[in-house]
Amino acid sequence: MVKIKRENLAELYKLISAEKSLFVPAKKAGQTNYALYGADTEVDLDTLKTVKSAKELFFPQSETLYNVKTVDNKYTVTQAELQNEEFVVFGIRGCDLKGIEVLDKVFLSDPVDSFYKARRENGITVALSCNEPEESCFCTVFGVDPADAKGDITATLCGEYLYMKANTEKGEKLLSDCASLTEAADESEVADEKAKIAEILKKLPYANLSLEGWDGTVTEEKFNSPVWEELYKPCLACGTCTFVCPTCQCYDIKDYKTANGIQKYRCWDSCMYSDFTMMAHGNNRTSQLQRFRQRFMHKLVYFPANNDGMYSCVGCGRCVDKCPASANIIKVIKAFSKEVD
Amino acid sequence: MCDCNCHQNYNLDTLVPMVGIVTDIRQETPDVKTFRVNAPEGGKLFEHKPGQCAMVSVPGVGEAMFSITSSPTNKEYQEFSIKKCGVLTDYLHDLQVGDEIMVRGPYGNNFPVDTELKGKNLLFVAGGIGLAPLRSVINYVLDNRDDYGTVDIVYGSRSADDLVQLKEIQEVWMKAKDTNVYLTIDRPQEGWDGHVGFVPSYLSELELSTDKTVLVCGPPIMIKFVLGALTEMGFSKEQAYTTLELRMKCGVGKCGRCNIGSKYVCKDGPVFRCDEVDELPNEY
Repeated sequence: MVKIKRENLAELYKLISAEKSLFVPAKKAGQTNYALYGADTEVDLDTLKTVKSAKELFFPQSETLYNVKTVDNKYTVTQAELQNEEFVVFGIRGCDLKGIEVLDKVFLSDPVDSFYKARRENGITVALSCNEPEESCFCTVFGVDPADAKGDITATLCGEYLYMKANTEKGEKLLSDCASLTEAADESEVADEKAKIAEILKKLPYANLSLEGWDGTVTEEKFNSPVWEELYKPCLACGTCTFVCPTCQCYDIKDYKTANGIQKYRCWDSCMYSDFTMMAHGNNRTSQLQRFRQRFMHKLVYFPANNDGMYSCVGCGRCVDKCPASANIIKVIKAFSKEVD
Repeated sequence: MCDCNCHQNYNLDTLVPMVGIVTDIRQETPDVKTFRVNAPEGGKLFEHKPGQCAMVSVPGVGEAMFSITSSPTNKEYQEFSIKKCGVLTDYLHDLQVGDEIMVRGPYGNNFPVDTELKGKNLLFVAGGIGLAPLRSVINYVLDNRDDYGTVDIVYGSRSADDLVQLKEIQEVWMKAKDTNVYLTIDRPQEGWDGHVGFVPSYLSELELSTDKTVLVCGPPIMIKFVLGALTEMGFSKEQAYTTLELRMKCGVGKCGRCNIGSKYVCKDGPVFRCDEVDELPNEY
């Protein structure tokens, strides 16, 4: 384990960004989101949750898949370049890291998505412990330890220092590249901070949320429950929950007309939208109830059924914070399961 | 695990299509055309199995999943029978022989022609453009005639003008060994002396023996009533296969559109045994 004084972090950012693209939580116009580090970047390690999750660094909101050049109605197809340089994601939280594990199940399963895979192979994550988990946090329910998130490096802010420990070869390499700025530290120096975080976690309002009754085997009973009638009603179908979610992976593939052809790009989409499943011959989900139910059944029943029980929710609480109608996954889970309080 | 072999065709990502040339266009009905597609250097773009689909696209217009209606036993080309019913299909219907399109695939599973269907008596039930995926199987079976038992084909459409592949039905299927073809149209029509009535009721009237494995495709409402008729006739759900269609963007079980229950129609389907369909949430 090594440590670096907080006041020297700017030096660390400069050192890393001289060699690699460095993405950091950056404050801009009052909001904190991941951004490429530059001279004017206001790095914000204090805001717990970026508005959008870190998923966009591996599965961007919009990315080109290929270009089609059209000459005399003849097509030439060129695949977009894959990520081929290492980059660093600094300050990713445990929930977002778990979100990437979920996305791995989707994009790295056969047939592998080469665009995503290239980013995963080249991405180095520096996970930042959550010093003060917030009321909307419930990551522990999904097995996340926000005080010890296993990125390539685990980083913890404590007192005047940022402590860093490598968990992988990639992490060790990055730490050794930064050795000129760090000094040796002992694990015991962060023990009190970790204990303090553990105490906060115990007291969070959703800490004891029970997933009892939610698994991949309950499809019919849950699907047909009248409870959805009440749950879906506030939903405005705005799709905010899907866009801030670290695990939502639904996407669209669209055309952008260029001067001499077409750029085919993929962008995030939302199962909450009415045209998501629309075909020329009809729509198999015509009501918002069906679409609302699909989103949560997918996260809590269908996804675990296909992925050895892994839920497609990581408890980051962004949907809890951001839903303008306060319809969220907590309410869905609670409506069906008995709370163990 | 995905059954498709889409990613074995490319060095590129499976989402990136190949260029195909339209080498023949047949007007089947007022709103259905069959497009023959070849690789630019000749031959087929890829190999497929009966029941598999491919993504067909026109840059700047759209991309959609279509079943490959030609049989894998056809070594020269692939065919898609496409109904004009939306933005992309309108555009496709305006194409001329020699025009380029883009194709990626094949995607999805297939009718189990080499396993469960082998040696069985087969009953094909199709409605309208629903014949397209079954035609691939029918021609595969007829080209490997000795591997299968009797073949019965019940096919219906709105009118006599809406029967697709009529020439092949009359000239090939009706003349094939141990093969019976039963055609029907929804309403009486001048010049039509065949059966009139919906497919499910015709099926019941035919009183076919239940020693058959059934393959059904058509509009969802037809499939539902056909399955009802089959049950009344004494068939079990395990004896019947169908092929589903939902909105798709990726074709490889990732974009989320065709997710129903824990299945993705593009990857785990489109072919399902009917007892498997029963286990899905009623959202197809």
